[in-house]
Amino acid sequence: MTTSAAGAALAPARVAADRRRARRRAAWRRRGLVLLFMSPWIAGFGVFFGYPLVMSAYLSLNHYDLLSAPRWVGLANYRYLFHGDPLVWPAAKNTLWLVAFMVPLQVLFAFGIAQMVARARRGVGVFRTVFYLPALAPPVAATLGFVYILNPATGPVNAALSHLGIEGPLWFNSPTWSKPSLVLLGLWGIGNTMIIFLAAIIDVPKHLYESAELDGAGPLRRLVYVTLPTISPVILFAVVIGVIDAMQYFTQAYVAADIASGSASNAASGANNLGYPEDSTLFYPVLLYQQGFRYFNMGYASAMAMVLLAVALAFVLLIVRHSRRWVHYQGGGK
Amino acid sequence: MSTAEVTAPLVRRRPPAAVRRRRLLASVAQHSLLIAAGLIFLAPFAFIGLTALMTNDQALSAHVWPRPFVWHNLVQVFHEAPLWRYAWNTTLYATLATIGLVLSSAPPAYALSRMRWRGRNAAFALVLVAMLLPPQVTVVPVYVLWAKLHLVGTLWPLIAPNWLGDAFSIFLLRQFFLTIPEEYLDAARVDGCGEVRILFSVVFRLARPALAAVALFSFLYCFNDFFGPLLYTGENPAHWTLSVGLEQFRTLRQVEWNLTMAATLVVMAPVILVFFLAQKAFVEGITLTGVKG
Repeated sequence: MTTSAAGAALAPARVAADRRRARRRAAWRRRGLVLLFMSPWIAGFGVFFGYPLVMSAYLSLNHYDLLSAPRWVGLANYRYLFHGDPLVWPAAKNTLWLVAFMVPLQVLFAFGIAQMVARARRGVGVFRTVFYLPALAPPVAATLGFVYILNPATGPVNAALSHLGIEGPLWFNSPTWSKPSLVLLGLWGIGNTMIIFLAAIIDVPKHLYESAELDGAGPLRRLVYVTLPTISPVILFAVVIGVIDAMQYFTQAYVAADIASGSASNAASGANNLGYPEDSTLFYPVLLYQQGFRYFNMGYASAMAMVLLAVALAFVLLIVRHSRRWVHYQGGGK
Repeated sequence: MSTAEVTAPLVRRRPPAAVRRRRLLASVAQHSLLIAAGLIFLAPFAFIGLTALMTNDQALSAHVWPRPFVWHNLVQVFHEAPLWRYAWNTTLYATLATIGLVLSSAPPAYALSRMRWRGRNAAFALVLVAMLLPPQVTVVPVYVLWAKLHLVGTLWPLIAPNWLGDAFSIFLLRQFFLTIPEEYLDAARVDGCGEVRILFSVVFRLARPALAAVALFSFLYCFNDFFGPLLYTGENPAHWTLSVGLEQFRTLRQVEWNLTMAATLVVMAPVILVFFLAQKAFVEGITLTGVKG
């Protein structure tokens, strides 16, 4: 009797233990599966992100030219960066200029176009295509096109302006006008942002407008009190992407400086036309490229990268922390 | 439209004539502004296209319309620079990168959206950080790495990273995978599907628009990419892509704007062609990045 009672007590215990073991095994298998699925990213993150970050921090404390072994110089690169280099501050200022002027203009312009397209009675599809198309043009090709169109002597824009009796500016050849010329190029390519705005504007519930109208709100008030708040997450998204793009702005500046300087002086394009004219298009990433891959000052370029990392990371962490407020998931499956 | 505007007020009795007139004028004003803006947006394409067909003398004059049309320019550019080779290099880069990117980004996206595990949120935050940081932050050591492997000057430094997951694509696919109803996946599980098969049969099929968008973006990114090819193939013209080749085109042929614009046109054409063939996937994909991201 006692044995059978013990057996009866033992059997469920063994079953429970078996079950626990099976559950643990299943959990391990699931963990293995997660690891398997995540493995490409873990490897990629390690090799192309984690390792380079650590290495960049190390190289920034060295003199390194790729040919000889890194030579420890302590904080000398940072000292030069903050106190010696006459180009870092102009380059940083140029990049800040993009953040301060180009990004807001692009967002405003994209919103304006999207608003107009959304309100069009007919041809929404055609307009959408027309305004999106330039965003597709490869940046090198688009920049080449703009350098030609804004060519001071023979370009069609200055030809048209001179017909109106206006003497056009030197555009990409003028230190004052080179950045505004890049802004024009940037405004031409706002297609992606415009499409996102357009979708958001069309998604604003109709009844909100109707009730606002019943309350006597005119078009301006409907815009300010209905449209803008409803699509605010998308606006924030556009600004964030804009700032991030501005921080890595390179291709258009590189091509515009190279091509415009070539057509101005007829000189063979050498190493020193980056930032042309007068370093007005020397943005921070352009300077980093020049230091790292033209002069092979890789230690110094790493120091520049670390400073960029600090600025970008501060910005990104700010966004990630506050993203819950503006990222809105539509489906279930949490 | 005009008859509707005339009869509607009789029935509804609301907007008086003055209001109607103002609305109509506003609508016309809006459309004309829109049309004007549209023409300005198309103008650069027109200038590029027209200049591509001019003689060089004419390209340097103030004339806008080619006289005569030099269609031969479009053939000539292929003799001036090995555009076919650049196109082949670009295609190789874009195709191999895109295949790898889709295959290696979908599984992490699935694990980050439809599997539950500790550390998932932290991993996702790292994906976001990797996605948002400028590539210049890591470029020096990565370049050194490829230099040590003696692969600078080839396309491999551009292609290989895409086979190890791309943060933006993982992010985009995750956002889409989240919208797939759990019932579909449960049904597959009840039928005895493992997670691997669920991903590759059920999810891949349901997420086709998102996968198409990711592939399209990747292909386009590679086609347009300038920084990467400049960095890794700049010294080796045999491996130049179209972007690098086009940028160097003018230094080969000083100041010949007509041929430069013809080459520009040739490089723009494939992208625009692809857009018109896959317009829906484009628009859906872009909307996906914005609205759900």
